[in-house]
Amino acid sequence: MDANEILYDVIVVGAGPSGLAAGIELAKKNANVLILDRKQEIGCPKRCAEGLSNRWFDIMEIKPKPEWAVHAIKGAVLYGPNGKDVPMKKKETLGYVLERKIFEKDLAIEAVKHGAKILLKHQVVDAKRENGLVKLKVEVNNEVKEFKGKLIIACDGIDSLVARMLGLNTKNNLNDTDSGYQYEMTGISGYDEECLHLYFGTEVAPRGYIWIFPKRDGTANVGIGIGAYVSSQTNLNAKNYLDRWIQSQPGLKNGSIIEVNAGGIPVGGFLDKMTADNLLVAGDAGHMVDPIHGGGIGVAMEGGRLAARHALRALKENDYTDKTLSKYTKEWFDTRGNELKRRLKSRHLLEQLTDDDFNYLADSITMEDALAIGNGTLSKTDKAILFTKKLVKRPGLVAIMMKYF
Amino acid sequence: MSAKNNSNKCLYCGACVGVCPVSAITLKDTRIFINEKCINCGACVNICPVSAMKLDKK
Repeated sequence: MDANEILYDVIVVGAGPSGLAAGIELAKKNANVLILDRKQEIGCPKRCAEGLSNRWFDIMEIKPKPEWAVHAIKGAVLYGPNGKDVPMKKKETLGYVLERKIFEKDLAIEAVKHGAKILLKHQVVDAKRENGLVKLKVEVNNEVKEFKGKLIIACDGIDSLVARMLGLNTKNNLNDTDSGYQYEMTGISGYDEECLHLYFGTEVAPRGYIWIFPKRDGTANVGIGIGAYVSSQTNLNAKNYLDRWIQSQPGLKNGSIIEVNAGGIPVGGFLDKMTADNLLVAGDAGHMVDPIHGGGIGVAMEGGRLAARHALRALKENDYTDKTLSKYTKEWFDTRGNELKRRLKSRHLLEQLTDDDFNYLADSITMEDALAIGNGTLSKTDKAILFTKKLVKRPGLVAIMMKYF
Repeated sequence: MSAKNNSNKCLYCGACVGVCPVSAITLKDTRIFINEKCINCGACVNICPVSAMKLDKK
């Protein structure tokens, strides 16, 4: 039988980390699952700095493999606008920079091993409900084929249209979206390769930051995320900001670019509703990104797996209505979304800091403070004491902090 | 009036698709398509990391 004559339990649209995590979970539980992707290669082109912390390996119960967990990271260094750095480094490995192309292919292999079917170069052009099921019209070469499923999990990224076709609003508000641009560079130096490096400041990266995520010997993802509205105010786009900064860095400016990446990052506007009849949405399509650092691999995989679990429940109950599926939204906010919403508040706080404020913080926060903040090991009282101690000399900062804590 | 895509600059990342308030933009392979629903609002111009989108000034 042709792939498009089968009635699938679940059709996952998008074979990124979220869609593949969903596919693995569904196939493991013997659901009949099809994964469609419009691209010609899984994991490519990446729209991502490829960092993944250990926490997510634990949550997703996967072990880092040397084939794709190509570089161990032991800390991070934050740089204020005046160049002053705040290093946070540990002896042990805290996470990895991945080779996402290989990582995602590994996930795809896992999904197929458990019984999922994957089809590439399949672009969904229309989605409609019919007799309690969903019919997808899919462009394949010059043909349009129809696929039928009981449930759709939309993991089709920031450019998701599948959820919108089924009546769920997944649009990104410009104020909650960052414009991202990145080079994979080689032949570069001048930074600790065991750490991630983050550069802040309104000149460097308005409402965002520049990053260096080391990958291997003299090679790293060097990228930027800036507020989407910035270009209209300064006439500089993300590429312009990044190019200008690279030219100011002696260790980078003579490096070679071996890959160019771009992408929008949904850093805020969480979706109050992540389901509709026959539909669940996850990953970037569901705005599942950490609002502070813009990282999305881990949270997208966790979200995809959770969507799959709710799809399995709906299949068992033979009920594909929004009412049944909507428990997914609630569980996501309970387990992860509310935490990210709190982080969104902190992001709004960061956005109000001036370069002077950043410089002041970089000067006054010690490595121990930063590590404690980064690990989330500070108690509420510790936080209060820390911030009061550091901020009391800067009344403007106190006022901003008071608004958010 | 409609936004225009410069395919020489475009890195087909899909950021413009994500912020289009009227779902007028589609990304297929390495090409951006903008349909007649476009309201020339400029959201795509703002988000584009490489300034590959321009508004039609007519």
